[in-house]
Amino acid sequence: MTAVSLYVAHAGTMVRRELIRTLRTVDSIVISLMVPVGILFAFVWVFGGAIQSGGGYVNYVMPGLLLMCAAFGSSQTAVSVAQDIKSGVVDRFRTMPIAGSTVLAGHVVASTLRNLATSAVLLGCAVLLGFSPQATWGSALAAVALLLAFILAFTWLSTLAGLLLSPEAASGLTSITIFLPYVSSAFVRPETMPSWLQGFAEHQPFTPVTEALRAFLLGGDAGATGWIAVAWCVGLGLAGWVGSAVIFRGRRS
Amino acid sequence: MKTELAIGVSRLRKSFGGKAALADIDLSVPAGSVFALLGPNGAGKSTLVAILTTLLRADGGTATVGGLDVGRQAAAVRNLLSVTSQASAVDEFLTGRENLTMIGRLHLLGGAKAISRADKLLRDFDLHGAADRKVSTYSGGMVRRLDLAMSLVRRPEVLFLDEPTTGLDPRSRLAVWNAVRGLSKQGVTVFLTTQYLEEADQLADSIAVLNDGRIVAQGTADELKRLVPAGHVEFGFQDPQDFGKALTLIRAERGNAGNNVNKDDEFLTVRVATTDSAAVITSVVASLSAGGCTASSIAIIKPTLDDVFLALTAKQEAKQ
Ligand SMILES: Nc1ncnc2c1ncn2[C@@H]1O[C@H](COP(=O)(O)OP(=O)(O)OP(=O)(O)O)[C@@H](O)[C@H]1O
Ligand SMILES: [Mg+2]
Repeated sequence: MTAVSLYVAHAGTMVRRELIRTLRTVDSIVISLMVPVGILFAFVWVFGGAIQSGGGYVNYVMPGLLLMCAAFGSSQTAVSVAQDIKSGVVDRFRTMPIAGSTVLAGHVVASTLRNLATSAVLLGCAVLLGFSPQATWGSALAAVALLLAFILAFTWLSTLAGLLLSPEAASGLTSITIFLPYVSSAFVRPETMPSWLQGFAEHQPFTPVTEALRAFLLGGDAGATGWIAVAWCVGLGLAGWVGSAVIFRGRRS
Repeated sequence: MKTELAIGVSRLRKSFGGKAALADIDLSVPAGSVFALLGPNGAGKSTLVAILTTLLRADGGTATVGGLDVGRQAAAVRNLLSVTSQASAVDEFLTGRENLTMIGRLHLLGGAKAISRADKLLRDFDLHGAADRKVSTYSGGMVRRLDLAMSLVRRPEVLFLDEPTTGLDPRSRLAVWNAVRGLSKQGVTVFLTTQYLEEADQLADSIAVLNDGRIVAQGTADELKRLVPAGHVEFGFQDPQDFGKALTLIRAERGNAGNNVNKDDEFLTVRVATTDSAAVITSVVASLSAGGCTASSIAIIKPTLDDVFLALTAKQEAKQ
């Protein structure tokens, strides 16, 4: 067996392990869907009269909800990584003839699969409630690619957090990802926010990624925002990846 | 028995924040033998196991497993060993069976083989009843047994067991002992740490006693037992006056060997250390009755291995 196929075989076993864990802890998936789906329902049914249905606002808010769901879902990786370190199972892997980093690869691949699945479910709900994307094949592909990059970036950041924190602290951290989208352009335009929030809202990663995703899904022109969004995802992802690799080498439970 | 070394340790050092956990350790374990490392809490046992199993880097000295350096050839060393650490190392979200098949897959056994191997180990370690329950619902002893089973999915050349029977009931302990004996018959070298001398006595071909980061004694169980007095005869007395008088008589009777006589003022007992308790009883009783006093009780106290352990580890404390 070559080194690469060996790595893939080991990582595959790790992914399988993570997916079993995911199926055993379905509650975390339900929670990651609950908030965005709840918000969707609120807009359509509660404010349904005030905001014309089938139109503007559901379309406006959907990209932000997708990212909120993906960010929360990815952040669950921090909890699983922290639990793995605490349970000592990582130390067992380290004494076995496998590359230790396959453990992290398992977490990241499983998180990506999990989040693509929840994104699809959320998208399905949104379409039922009147979301009408206006994307070409090309821009739809760009939207999926951006979402994927966003999921990977947040998953690697969460992996780093999981290596540094206890499971309890890691699970506290995940709630931040629910609140960050509120101070971005996900729900309302930053111009309508108090000035002290505007600066933060305009320059935090959620805003460019939301704007770019919105452009890809609704047929606008992403322009420079698209590149800023990609730069954020690549930057955060690299920071999480390199940080995780460095910490993982030195970490013992 | 093969003569090559399974484990060789020379002048191994490790400290944590200035405090030495291991100070110039030398050890050698012949291939195919069972080696026991005994020591009290904090002696450095787990630290040594962590270094030998490539989890921790030593500060100095060399350590080899199967002739390979654990620092520089860590990847190759991992091919030879399995370890059950003191802290459990299982995935609590998986069932016992899933844990075992996962390890099988990581050893590239292939699906069917991994499953049948898991099945056999579940039966061997009396876990088949709980095989399909999540490990988080297991009792402490069950987790321990699963942890051990996970180390045996693939037969290692060198097996490290860090306090494998701590917290196990007598039946499970026997199961572990039998597993160790079985592996040893198959030629597996076993390095185990324990706090129980009986365990070392039962299993090990050779024993080292580690105390405060240093090896304070090394040898077979019998050699270690010879390091402390073989036993005591204990004479008890009713009232302090009798006790005082008897003490003088016994000391006089023992003569040169007087330093083998110890008293306990609280319980009014006099202990005579000896290898021949019958002779001591005969002569002491004779001299007591000649002196006009009688003992209210006489007991023969055999040394336990724990006495050896306490004596060896206490010696070190006295030196400091
Ligand atoms: N990661 C660490 N950081 C700081 N000190 C440590 C660390 N690991 C071990 N020590 C110290 O090193 C010494 C030896 O510890 P070790 O765990 O090897 O003992 P042990 O013989 O296994 O004890 P026990 O029987 O309690 O398991 C102790 O004084 C301990 O406090
Ligand atoms: Mg220990």
